[in-house]
Amino acid sequence: MAVEEKLIDIIADQLSVDKAKVVPGASFIDDLGADSLDLVELIMAMEEAFDIEIADEVAEKIVTVQDAIDHINKIS
Amino acid sequence: MVKRRVVVTGIGLVSPVGTGVERSWEALCAGRSGIGHITRYDASGQAVRIAAEVKDYNSDEHFEPKQARHLELFVQYAVVAAREALKDSGFQITPENAPRVGSIIGCGMGGLPVIEKYVQVLHTKGERRITPFFIPMAIPNMGAGQVSIFLGTKGPNLSLTTACAAGTHAVGEAFRAISTGDCDLAFTGGSEGVICPMAFAGFHAMKALSTRNDEPEKASRPFDRDRDGFIIGEGGGVLLLEELEHAKARGAKIYAEMAGYGMSGDAYHIAAPPEDGGGAILCMGNALADAGMGPGDIDYINAHGTSTPLNDEIETRAIKKVFGEQAARLAVSSTKSMTGHLLGGAGGIEAVITALALKHQMAPPTINLEQPGPECDLDYVPGQARAMEIRAAMSNSFGFGGTNAVMIMKRYEP
Repeated sequence: MAVEEKLIDIIADQLSVDKAKVVPGASFIDDLGADSLDLVELIMAMEEAFDIEIADEVAEKIVTVQDAIDHINKIS
Repeated sequence: MVKRRVVVTGIGLVSPVGTGVERSWEALCAGRSGIGHITRYDASGQAVRIAAEVKDYNSDEHFEPKQARHLELFVQYAVVAAREALKDSGFQITPENAPRVGSIIGCGMGGLPVIEKYVQVLHTKGERRITPFFIPMAIPNMGAGQVSIFLGTKGPNLSLTTACAAGTHAVGEAFRAISTGDCDLAFTGGSEGVICPMAFAGFHAMKALSTRNDEPEKASRPFDRDRDGFIIGEGGGVLLLEELEHAKARGAKIYAEMAGYGMSGDAYHIAAPPEDGGGAILCMGNALADAGMGPGDIDYINAHGTSTPLNDEIETRAIKKVFGEQAARLAVSSTKSMTGHLLGGAGGIEAVITALALKHQMAPPTINLEQPGPECDLDYVPGQARAMEIRAAMSNSFGFGGTNAVMIMKRYEP
């Protein structure tokens, strides 16, 4: 749960969206208004916050909030 | 080809003496300095600890947090000033007219603060921590680019990066673009935002900056005997230039008419002007010729007047050479005495100030002029603004690289 809460904070802050909108099924691009550069920066913020590295080919598959939660739970 | 007439129909300012035209103009006419100690960051270890910061500006009032984080201050100032100019003009940008509206905005340095920040990130955390927004934040044409994006202009989208002459070159090029038909309107001017350690270290290494750290309000003293360098300023000035018939058709209010534009190069030195002021003389002459005017037609000059020992003496020499016996009659002031030197933004705010001087028939003063320096013997409007007849006014800007730009505006007469 801690991971999820921290992640939601990061996403809401990076994309300037209300936390209530950051639901598991939300797509970063379609629902949260991100463009491709926002996504790169968001992945960087996740790497920094969780002290992990997300390879580019993995990052490409992180499309929704749930994808991000799953990935971080898997590797951290 | 017949050149079309071009007028100023909107203005916007974010300056060290106030955000917004009204606040800035009131401060300039009252002779208030916008210079103080650096507050943006801890500058206590610097040789130069004074600057002309924009003080009453809060980016949250103008941008979403995500936008603001990705916009350097020089870009924010350009967009905010352009929005004020648009509102002031009463013009509405529509899908139909957008292709005929340009964004032509000068900038001397661009995103130096973000470059400084991410060089440190690169060295401490490595290249994977460089934001994808780094390049779009740093490039100096993003002022013009973001004005186009935020306002929806689709005509010429250009940035001039001729150091301290950039703002005036931009205004001149916008004037040309409209007069020759590339577009019917253009947001133009200049902006800068480099209150960061690299800027102070770099300019100080050139001995270009005033070190009067204990008396910031007295540090910018153009033409004064005790001047010792310029003060870095920040902000932006944007005008909406418009083709005359277009402006008349929509009943626009008109501040002034663009009359002439001149350019030249010194072919001399990377930073210093030639002793005889040759480049400045050529440039003022070119602008007068473009306007079809002679020395007797200009009443006010908004001088480059940086408060450096070299500029003010040589600019005075150049004015006297160009204007001959008419020079003694001119009112010549340096508003940098109050705003500091906005580098690529200087020509932008000074073009706005020149338009206001014509509209209000009022020459803003040169403050801190107590004892004129050797050879500085013109009427610099010391201390107090002066109500006077201004038929036409000239604005001078000279930049590193030996690049010069001069613009002339005149009172609008139908």
